[in-house]
Amino acid sequence: MKNRSLVSITDFTKEDYLKILDKAAEFEHQQPSDLLRGFVIATLFFEPSTRTRLSFESAIQRLGGKVIGFSDSNSSSVVKGETLRDTIRIVSNYSDLIVMRHPLEGSARFASEIATVPVINAGDGANQHPTQTLLDMYSIRKTQGKLENLNIFLVGDLKYGRTVHSLLMAMSAFNPKFWFVSPDELKMPSEYKLFLHSKGIEYFEQKDFAENIDLADIIYMTRVQKERFSDPMEYEKTKNALVLKKNMLANTRPGMKILHPLPRVNEISIDVDDSEKAYYFTQALNGVYIRQAIICSILGLI
Amino acid sequence: MNDKKHLMVSAIKDGTVIDHIPARNLFKVISILGLNKIENQITFGTNLESKKLGKKAIIKIANLFFPEEDINKIALVAPDAKLNIIRDYAVVEKKVVQVPDEIVGIVKCFNPQCITNHEKITTRFTVIQKKEVALKCHYCEKITDQEHIEIL
Ligand SMILES: [Zn+2]
Repeated sequence: MKNRSLVSITDFTKEDYLKILDKAAEFEHQQPSDLLRGFVIATLFFEPSTRTRLSFESAIQRLGGKVIGFSDSNSSSVVKGETLRDTIRIVSNYSDLIVMRHPLEGSARFASEIATVPVINAGDGANQHPTQTLLDMYSIRKTQGKLENLNIFLVGDLKYGRTVHSLLMAMSAFNPKFWFVSPDELKMPSEYKLFLHSKGIEYFEQKDFAENIDLADIIYMTRVQKERFSDPMEYEKTKNALVLKKNMLANTRPGMKILHPLPRVNEISIDVDDSEKAYYFTQALNGVYIRQAIICSILGLI
Repeated sequence: MNDKKHLMVSAIKDGTVIDHIPARNLFKVISILGLNKIENQITFGTNLESKKLGKKAIIKIANLFFPEEDINKIALVAPDAKLNIIRDYAVVEKKVVQVPDEIVGIVKCFNPQCITNHEKITTRFTVIQKKEVALKCHYCEKITDQEHIEIL
């Protein structure tokens, strides 16, 4: 992985994922002191995402690394009309690694071709957010003890939700079964179904959230945004059908865990939060370890 | 029938004839091959009757022979195009076009949120389907299908 950029979840192999997950587990157990001492890492956030940025910066600083960069494009030269090409070229001179988030799709791939240092994509519009996917995989393995042969429910906006698409691609290396729960307007795009078909992975589509919920090992929730619906009436009709309520957990498997990339709106009832099956807040904490593992792998330190 | 055709578009001594271009894409073919930038003698006819295409266009370019990879670029807009290589008024070779595996430049990514539509970047696509052409953008990873293909 040394010196390789991480732009898309498909840039890394199954072996790469596993290596990163193992390292993250090690880091969670014990933080290696000062592994990033002497390294300068740029965090370029062309659009604000406080949650993701803090997770990266905490990951870096806990290992003794230095952070430079900006947290939104207002505070950067971007407003003066500098091209992404020029910004990346300049920042390459000042840093050992670039972490970037940008509202335009494909921006991270482009940056990785311009930069003389590796680039980690922390979200490029609706396209990719691979560190979130690795964090999701870490959470799955940590709670289930394995990645293989799991029953995974993907719930909510399956059409536009980049996290579910990346998770589907990544988990497909581990023989899962998928259940897609979404309204008609937000169904899983056919290219992903074709992909699963080509891998011989079973999937089921349903509108009724509660159906077969007793089989789930993982319920992965996503936000359903009103703007996604062409007909606002349709949104009003379906929004409640996709809410996870406490009484739905009654017959679920004892080890089942609920994940959510956060922030949530109302798709998980508050009363689910104190269930031991709710894992979404802990999930976010795992981000620090996974990001440390990714950064150190790419810098060739582990 | 043959004589009639000859009346419509005059014959050339040496060069290339590109036939079976959908009439609506004639100017795209001209632009892809850069025919608007060369000095060679070119004749073309358009809105000619075609059983297969409805209205077709034909281009005759004197003293020009295209490398395969150049000519395959027009497959995106003229998948049924047929080439006749002419030497001394006779057809010495016939060629069909093939959609290449990768398209560099030429096509605009249909995704308005794609970085290639905001910064000066050469577009790049993997051809994921050749029959009804579908192109996957190397940058935004979105798929541009046949009906959304727009030539730069
Ligand atoms: Zn694109």
